[in-house]
Amino acid sequence: MKDPAPARHSRIIGLGEHRPSHVMTNHDLPATLDTNDEWIQQRTGIARRGVAGPEETPVTMATEAARKAVADAGVDPAQVGLVVLATCSMLQPIPGGSSQVATAIGATNAGAYDLNAACAGFCYGLAAASDAVRLGSAEYAVVIGSEKITNWIDWSDRSSAILFGDGAGAAVVGPSDTPGIGPVVFGSDGTASGLIDMTEAGRLRLDGPAVFRWATTALAEVMVAICDAAGVAPSDLAAFVPHQANLRIINALARQIGATNAVIAQDVVDTGNTSAASVPLALARLRREGAVTTGDLALTIAFGSGLTWAGQIVTIP
Amino acid sequence: MSDQDILTALGEIVQEATGIPADRVVPAASFTNDLDIDSLSMVEIATMAEDRFSVSIPDSELSKLKTVADVVDFLAKAGVAV
Repeated sequence: MKDPAPARHSRIIGLGEHRPSHVMTNHDLPATLDTNDEWIQQRTGIARRGVAGPEETPVTMATEAARKAVADAGVDPAQVGLVVLATCSMLQPIPGGSSQVATAIGATNAGAYDLNAACAGFCYGLAAASDAVRLGSAEYAVVIGSEKITNWIDWSDRSSAILFGDGAGAAVVGPSDTPGIGPVVFGSDGTASGLIDMTEAGRLRLDGPAVFRWATTALAEVMVAICDAAGVAPSDLAAFVPHQANLRIINALARQIGATNAVIAQDVVDTGNTSAASVPLALARLRREGAVTTGDLALTIAFGSGLTWAGQIVTIP
Repeated sequence: MSDQDILTALGEIVQEATGIPADRVVPAASFTNDLDIDSLSMVEIATMAEDRFSVSIPDSELSKLKTVADVVDFLAKAGVAV
């Protein structure tokens, strides 16, 4: 047996985003929800969200985001060795979407798999992609978070319908001479698996206050561990990119980590909670808008149903 | 710790969590109807009270605490100290 295991580092070399063209503002939500813009913004910070059209699926949106990320990276798709699709909104368990995305972007030499860690999926996928590149399983790896989470929305349930949106974000990971993706810190807690789950009718259900309480009390030590694992001080961070679930969670986490020099990603205001897509969408947007620049350090942390969580320090491409 | 001490401390917590002046935090006040405090702010108040009083307020109990007096009673029965 051989195990070549080349000693090398990894980094993100390209980002891509796909946002549905249809935007639903709080004013556009069904009247049956008995809510209003002020009520929603006060509790969640969300003003609008993208809603995928009937022709858009987790696969088509992932394909768009991945294609843009590969172009951004300047990589020949044939050199991509792995495609990881983080999603929890495919309408059926098989076939997975990752192989279709790989084929659609021309990654004809890539292995592919779907990954379901719900809202935490992208950060898990990024860790897998990074390890694949570092250990030589793939020269380049594409990781995508793509969700048509409105597939699961009960439009009469105010506690969930106001929160979610659709979209896809992607990153290309490649080899690097210097560390560009820090060690992942992840965890899970199956005792709280009922906090975010599905009804018997197949609709998303969450206990908002309990999730809020967990996120604002349990994740502080995870963020510290992420920084410690990479040897990065919070004051070194140029960006803080937590899962875009709720602006009040984001702001609470930002206060806890104390990243005084960091821009705080607030894509949730315009995008809603896009589950596995939220971190790459927010990361790509910060770069597109010039809020961060090449070489900047960002802390990503994602968390959700399971419960599952994961995060790492990344260098902005 | 007297009920009045608990009430005073609770008023400070509510003011810090929500910006609502502590003098509006009176025993008869309903968090939802009188103080316009939403469920997430209630969670913030609960977690701050847990830290301040070294007490546990589980979600199952929190959902029963409708008025300021309910919280003061809960904390008094828990035998909290400063």
